[in-house]
Amino acid sequence: MKNFDYVRPSTVSEAIAAATEPDAAYLAAGTNLLDLMKGGVVHPNRLVDVTRLPGLDRIEHLPDGGVRIGALVRNADLAHDPDFARSYPSIAEALLSGASAQLRNAATVGGNLLQRTRCSYFYDVASACNKREPGSGCDAHDGENRLHAVLGWSEACIATHPSDFCVPLVALDAVVEIEGRTGRREVALEAFHLPPGDTPERENVLEPGDLIVALRLPSEARSFSAHARYLKVRERTSYAFAVVSAAAALRIEGGAIWDARLALGGVATKPWRARAAEKILAGCNPDLATFRAAAETALADAKPSGNNQFKIALARRIVVRALTLAAAGTPRRIPALPASPFSSISGALHGA
Amino acid sequence: MVPEISLTQSPSHSRHGSNIGQPLTRRDGILKVKGEARYAADNHPPGMLYAVLAVSHIARGRVSFLDVRAAKSHPGVVDVMTPANKPPLAEDPDAKTNPFMFRLDLLQNDLVRYANQPIAVVIAETLEAATEGAALLSPRYETQPPRVGLDSNESFVPPAVGVGNPSELRRGDVEAGLAAASRQIDATYETPTQYHNAMEPHAIVAAWDGDALSIDTPSQGLAMAQGRIAGLFGISPENIHIRSPFLGGGFGSKGLIAGPQILGIMAARLVGKPVKLVLRREQMYGPVGHRAPTRQRIRIGADNAGALTAIDHHAKTVSSSFDDFFEPAADASHTLYASPAIATSHEAIRVDTGTPLFMRAPGEATGSIALESAIDEAAWACGMDPLAFRIRNYAEVEPISGKPFSSKALRECYRQGAERFGWSQRPLTPRQLRDEAGLLVGWGMGTATFPALMFQAEARAVIRSDGSGVMETGAHDMGQGAWTAFAQIAADSLGLDLAQMEFKAGTSDLPDAGIAGGSAHTATAGTAIHNAGTAVIARLEELATNNERSPLFGAGNAGVIARNGRLFRRDDETRSESYADILGHAGLTQIEARGKSTADPASQSTYAMHAHGAVFAEVKVDPDLGQIRVTRLIGAFAAGRIINPRLVRSQIFGGMIWGMSFALHEQAVMDRRSGRTLNANLAEYHIPVNADVPPMEALMIDEHDPYVNALGIKGVGEIGITGSAGAVANAVWHATGIRVRRFPIRIEDVLTPDPH
Repeated sequence: MKNFDYVRPSTVSEAIAAATEPDAAYLAAGTNLLDLMKGGVVHPNRLVDVTRLPGLDRIEHLPDGGVRIGALVRNADLAHDPDFARSYPSIAEALLSGASAQLRNAATVGGNLLQRTRCSYFYDVASACNKREPGSGCDAHDGENRLHAVLGWSEACIATHPSDFCVPLVALDAVVEIEGRTGRREVALEAFHLPPGDTPERENVLEPGDLIVALRLPSEARSFSAHARYLKVRERTSYAFAVVSAAAALRIEGGAIWDARLALGGVATKPWRARAAEKILAGCNPDLATFRAAAETALADAKPSGNNQFKIALARRIVVRALTLAAAGTPRRIPALPASPFSSISGALHGA
Repeated sequence: MVPEISLTQSPSHSRHGSNIGQPLTRRDGILKVKGEARYAADNHPPGMLYAVLAVSHIARGRVSFLDVRAAKSHPGVVDVMTPANKPPLAEDPDAKTNPFMFRLDLLQNDLVRYANQPIAVVIAETLEAATEGAALLSPRYETQPPRVGLDSNESFVPPAVGVGNPSELRRGDVEAGLAAASRQIDATYETPTQYHNAMEPHAIVAAWDGDALSIDTPSQGLAMAQGRIAGLFGISPENIHIRSPFLGGGFGSKGLIAGPQILGIMAARLVGKPVKLVLRREQMYGPVGHRAPTRQRIRIGADNAGALTAIDHHAKTVSSSFDDFFEPAADASHTLYASPAIATSHEAIRVDTGTPLFMRAPGEATGSIALESAIDEAAWACGMDPLAFRIRNYAEVEPISGKPFSSKALRECYRQGAERFGWSQRPLTPRQLRDEAGLLVGWGMGTATFPALMFQAEARAVIRSDGSGVMETGAHDMGQGAWTAFAQIAADSLGLDLAQMEFKAGTSDLPDAGIAGGSAHTATAGTAIHNAGTAVIARLEELATNNERSPLFGAGNAGVIARNGRLFRRDDETRSESYADILGHAGLTQIEARGKSTADPASQSTYAMHAHGAVFAEVKVDPDLGQIRVTRLIGAFAAGRIINPRLVRSQIFGGMIWGMSFALHEQAVMDRRSGRTLNANLAEYHIPVNADVPPMEALMIDEHDPYVNALGIKGVGEIGITGSAGAVANAVWHATGIRVRRFPIRIEDVLTPDPH
């Protein structure tokens, strides 16, 4: 493969300086980046290995009731942290429904936010892809696109964001902590990923040198723990990206929904928060009619980007199901098949 | 001679008495678990260089430019092999002198015939340098629009399908049968392009010494590979030494040596040093074969009593633009169901892909899922239970030929499988069953069948002066357990415990064990081993019974029995002599004999020979979300004599999982504009993961077959995928009431419209 520099800074500021160079890329677990490099999709001149940076691998419970997750915390470690899983069950469920056990053991929280789309035209370097090569066109438009976006897509790009983890995160108002050349700043995860528009190559707000150092969940996110689920339809039971997925979180008091959080995965170029649907849910009884109305609203703007009309109906249904499951209450332990429609029947629990 | 590749015994394999039939664990298991089993790409002879293929991004056209200068100037790159400087070959890679010879892409010109075709080879001191060198070639092309898919070219009737099968076959008058039928179905099924995707990619380490060639490469057919290489390089087969002790799966894609392996040998010749070439996963989607897509139209007629009046099975498939392999899908209707009229026919088109080849039950698998779906549809049309319908149309003789079966315990497979599954509780009407969570539940079944083939093989048996034995044959362990099953047969044939004998296999200097394909390896090489062992024992017997000092002197008429390293007089077991003593008395250091195997022409012409099975599947389907999961899979199989039930069960499980994969997961997605496969990786070319695999059972039904071969072995390598795929598809229909005729079945196929 192409020769590149490899540097391993020992402080965050050294890392930022090293990564500000043109064509530099941060390397954490590399579960996505190394594949992309081997496939010739990306060609960094310099890899800045951040895995030895101190202090980025902790889960801290904040005095205000929130939690701060270091960017280098491994997906598996986060999902299996008992206090975290109890407080944010839909996030743990989403983490455990993603990739494979081996990948979850390696992949990091910060890296997950930056994983690239699975659009096969993005990976196929001989195809036109505006995301890979701005201005080259989009071969997905008239290609094999049954799994592509139905919300928020543009003429320039119809890819989907592949993350499971980001879906409940965006629903629960996660905040991204970023260190850059000009110091530290915070961006709501909802605003972190950018809609494709005319610049699909620009996927998030990061500037050269910017390093995600942590992810924060506000204390309020914890208040949904009794009614929070992540549900994912996929083409096999494990190790598959979502066809569509949904994270639903409800605060139910006195039999009514006081507050609701809803987000969709696999439908758009970014994790898709359904705020208008949340408004429908608030104040209503948690019943099927309410959930259907919320689903209609969540998908009101959906339109097929290709041979994927079915995803719109499927997305509505998964919203209804996720809300139904959330209303029924978070299971005491994460099911053996996390986020699977089949988890409810298994009786087995996730023991790992 | 020290054996090059021989496995040591573990205590669990030390046993007395008959070895055949015992569920021994794999003799190579510990090696594999500890990472000590040496696969082809694990070899690193001194001075070895790394070769990396550059492959075409277009599917049709020609390469107009390669930036060889850029590649060569990359640090570490030693040479770049292109059509301009490739070593000369003694044989045109496009020549075809026998049906098992397939045209190869060996840089013979600048034409591109499919995506991922090798267009150059970069040889470097490191894998990384070779990889970057290949990227730096930045090929430019003159592109022609590729032909992609089953409708992209003019169709024709292939001269033959599979390996020399007639393209069309008929018995009785199908149109009259259909006209006379009171119930008819006419349905069209589609199966996708699939790739073998063995865990171990094709790999080769090649080293030349003058005109002698030493190779490490996975092969399902050592002698054929030797012959093909000899022809291409104009050297004697004896000068080619191939080591292939372990394969990380073959499934047919390693049956014949493939172009990229030859390119590794050419690269070694070009640079004059040993060279290793390993395919990248995505490079396996092109030059090493695949299962061609099919579109199959099946018409079935039945009378009021549910008796078939006609089966018409027509299959359309594809081959490459430059070679012939036609998936014999319609032939699946030849053997299973009794019908007074059967017609099978094929048509094909040429598309711009690599040549399709043998892939796990070629024709049987594609044909089976269509036929078993159609039979299910016909049963429903007749208002009959699918099992009752199959039994109503049970074939007592092979339907297409009228020959009696050499053995057929399918009725017992149906009975035991159905009983174990609880089939009698199945409601006839679909979409009737739900589980406690409200998921749709469906039960489906399929009949499994695969021909019991025999090829030719040879083995050499030796008894040494210490009484120990050696059995040699160039057999292939693809993961199925050949090291173990053949050793069991060998030990029994030699009258020795496993610990008293050495079994050698996996190299080309041993007697030709034939090809590990057609589910015939155990039958073929096993029979040769049995015959070699029997022959060497006969020679010992001759020595002993003619030796006046032997306790067995004069026992010739009574006969002897070989057991535990001794010959015993059959009518008086107090009289015996050890092998060591027999050889000692004769003044011999060892005695040897060879054994051969081949199909018995008399039996072949008299009998139809097939293994059979019945597979029962339960699936659950989420009624709103369309997610499908197989929750139970039970098969009952009759496959003649079982050498090692543990290994056989593993084989059958693997096949049944593959059947499930066929029905629900596997397909190569190809861009119709570029002809490139879009999911050429194991993240998106879906096969079942552990979480998809349900509780499974494989019942082995006793079957004694005196005609297939001396040991009565039918073979189990491929039968598991047949029947299983249809059983799962039929279960999905029974769960949902939706008949999906395009495979794999997708989520959107089983979604019902919104209620509002």
